[in-house]
Amino acid sequence: MGEKVLMKGNEAIAEAAILAGCRHFFGYPITPQNEIPEYMSRRMPEVGGVFLQAESEVAGSNMVYGAACAGARVMTTSSSPGISLMQEAISYMAGAELPCVLVNIVRGGPGLGGIQGSQADYFQATKGGGHGDYRLIVLAPASVQELMDLTITAFDLADMYRIPVMILGDAILGQMMEPVIPGRRGKADLPPKTWATVGAKMRPKNVITSLSLDPAKLEQHNFDLGKKYNKIADEQVRYKTYMTDDAETLLVAYGTCARISQAAVDMARERGLRVGLFRPVSLWPFPYEALQLAAEESLRVLTVEMSLGQMVEDVRLAILGSKPVRFYGRTGGMTPTPREVLEEIERIVEEGI
Amino acid sequence: MKKVFGRPEALTDVPTHYCPGCTHGIIHRLIAEVIDELGVCEKTIGISPVGCAVLAYDYFNCDFVEASHGRAPAVATGIKRTLPDSVVFCYQGDGDLASIGAAEIVHAATRGEKITVIFVNNAIYGMTGGQMAPTTLPGQRTTTSPRGRDVESAGHPIRVAELLSSLSGVAYISRVSATSPANVTKAKRAVRKAFETQIEGKGFSLVEFLSTCPINWGMSPLEAMKWIDDKMSLYYPLGDYTRVPEVG
Amino acid sequence: MQEQVIFAGFGGQGVMLIGQLVTYAGMIEGANVSWMPSYGPEMRGGTANCQVVVSSTEVSSPLVTEPTSLIALNKPSLDKFAPWVKSGGLIIYNSSLIESPPERTDVRILAVPANKVANELGDLRIANMVALGAYLATTRVVGCDTVLDAMKRVLPERRHNLIPLNRQALARGIEIASVWHSRDQGEVSGAE
Ligand SMILES: Cc1ncc(C[n+]2csc(CCOP(=O)(O)OP(=O)(O)O)c2C)c(N)n1
Ligand code: SF4
Repeated sequence: MGEKVLMKGNEAIAEAAILAGCRHFFGYPITPQNEIPEYMSRRMPEVGGVFLQAESEVAGSNMVYGAACAGARVMTTSSSPGISLMQEAISYMAGAELPCVLVNIVRGGPGLGGIQGSQADYFQATKGGGHGDYRLIVLAPASVQELMDLTITAFDLADMYRIPVMILGDAILGQMMEPVIPGRRGKADLPPKTWATVGAKMRPKNVITSLSLDPAKLEQHNFDLGKKYNKIADEQVRYKTYMTDDAETLLVAYGTCARISQAAVDMARERGLRVGLFRPVSLWPFPYEALQLAAEESLRVLTVEMSLGQMVEDVRLAILGSKPVRFYGRTGGMTPTPREVLEEIERIVEEGI
Repeated sequence: MKKVFGRPEALTDVPTHYCPGCTHGIIHRLIAEVIDELGVCEKTIGISPVGCAVLAYDYFNCDFVEASHGRAPAVATGIKRTLPDSVVFCYQGDGDLASIGAAEIVHAATRGEKITVIFVNNAIYGMTGGQMAPTTLPGQRTTTSPRGRDVESAGHPIRVAELLSSLSGVAYISRVSATSPANVTKAKRAVRKAFETQIEGKGFSLVEFLSTCPINWGMSPLEAMKWIDDKMSLYYPLGDYTRVPEVG
Repeated sequence: MQEQVIFAGFGGQGVMLIGQLVTYAGMIEGANVSWMPSYGPEMRGGTANCQVVVSSTEVSSPLVTEPTSLIALNKPSLDKFAPWVKSGGLIIYNSSLIESPPERTDVRILAVPANKVANELGDLRIANMVALGAYLATTRVVGCDTVLDAMKRVLPERRHNLIPLNRQALARGIEIASVWHSRDQGEVSGAE
């Protein structure tokens, strides 16, 4: 294990990609993730990689499509408005089953919105922001160390399942500094990229396409994708819990909101309230069963998000009406404070929900 | 008494957020003076870009629309085709116009949209903190070209005035700067001509300003003005670029 | 121990740097730390701040909304953040630029003429370090030597010649704080 270094979240993502063997980066500037392309413009030439500033996110994401076709470990990063522009390429890559890593350092929306942290892109990330029947693996880190570790994991998952993987961060995670132990590329048993279009030498030609004019064939392709998605849903659910064993009130939060909620749990415990936190780490696949189990002994569930309430829909699906599910959120770049969350906990406890 | 240096009617008296020595402010003022002189404030609709001038709507007294990054010419097209008698102008930076919005500007120009585009070329991305722009000069250091722009890998800077001047829909294009009183006078004449071209229904018009960004260039305001005269205007020569429109 | 501190001032006063130094030093001493900056266009010429947590336990929220300490180098920052400080907490303000002390009676308040002292030392840019010295001496959140050690790691090699001057500035800050302590923590400034 290496020595601890103090790193900005955005830089940890960039360095993690390098550590994971990513040698191709395409991106377009946008606040609050500019440190990533800036870091890559310095680092990539040092490791013999390619950094290219694209003319737009539309182009950048299609450069990713191209590099993925050619078998590269490739990444692009952006923030909300830029991710919207990538939805076309994302849908095509999902359809063509191409591995790549996408990072969204989410900011407040809709439209041009603001540049402060937000979690309002949950729907876009987990429910298919582009067209068609597809899924992305979506990972939600909550610390700079996790930004590093999950970015490395993302490259392996992408190659393992031939699927675009998204890291869903936010401006706070991207901008903050925390100590990190630089991660290492694991020894994942990855399938060779026999499908890549690298020149048909000594083998029949490879074609990468998402077109299928015969509906029966397209349906079969979708069924195959569906099977793959089910396999991922079985194998790749990730979550963490904090003081959930005896919790009467179960908080559910991811990313930055999980950090804030954890502080609220501590404050509540000091006041003798039995509160715990369930933190989904994979947002897709969402930990439905684990959450249902964690909530079994509790009386009520409170979801905390920096949005009008998006993940709360999945929380309700997990709980299936067996307990009241309440929501507390701030949005537009505002962040809930631990005290606000504590007050909400006290309110619902008092109401006897 | 004659007002010598009063605020144009078309400008609000809100203080702008631009950095010291940034010429965005002067350019706003020239546009506002022309709108006043032509007496068209009440039928003018401005479109602001995504870039440092995103808040231009706070500074002009006419109606304004904020477009998404690079799409101002498309938004302008929609407005002008709905209100043919209006005066429509886009205000765009180099990243907005020549990078992400390269398709929109080319097609608005080639369609001969009767709009006026004020194109602010400061060779850098100002708002996002100094990344490379499509107009960044060869060898120029930015936060995403830390070793200087390498044309081998990052390509060559785009000369927008020259590029668009090859399109038949274009009625007037000029490149100007605001580095001296004489240049400011010329620049204002160009802005006026561009608006008149639109009002007379002749076709697409654009004025490219070589503009400063002292903050991200790492220069003092004076050094920045000098850099435009000594460096930028060599790669981007000032003057008119309008070709005589072809007759079909 | 959990120290939650906000360093705030004009962009260019070096508040981000002193926040980073405390964070770095905390990490070197084995504490759990986080550093969260303000960012964006408002920083051009406007105010800048960073929020730092140094803790013996895991850092939950990296956002500091109820600081145990505030170091305010200009008036807008003091006005904005003074009401946030926890009762019983500490406010250090730059009395060279801020005339009247904050109106709080439930916190400890230390006036540090940071610009004046920095000027005496010959470089206005080290006003931040004077304030930092006073803060370190008052809270002992991290050691002064560790901060200097952190500085070696944070500053690029070619700027290491500035370290002795910064050490002086820290020392003057520490001195101001100790005079204040020995006067039983009234609202006074040691250098005026
Ligand atoms: C789709 C999208 N991508 C990226 C951005 C981030 N962004 C904001 S302004 C800007 C470029 C600004 O540069 P320029 O157009 O040259 O104008 P300047 O700020 O220099 O005046 C970028 C990339 C965005 N807002 N939306
Ligand atoms: S960043 Fe550059 S373009 Fe933007 S306001 Fe400042 S000087 Fe002008």
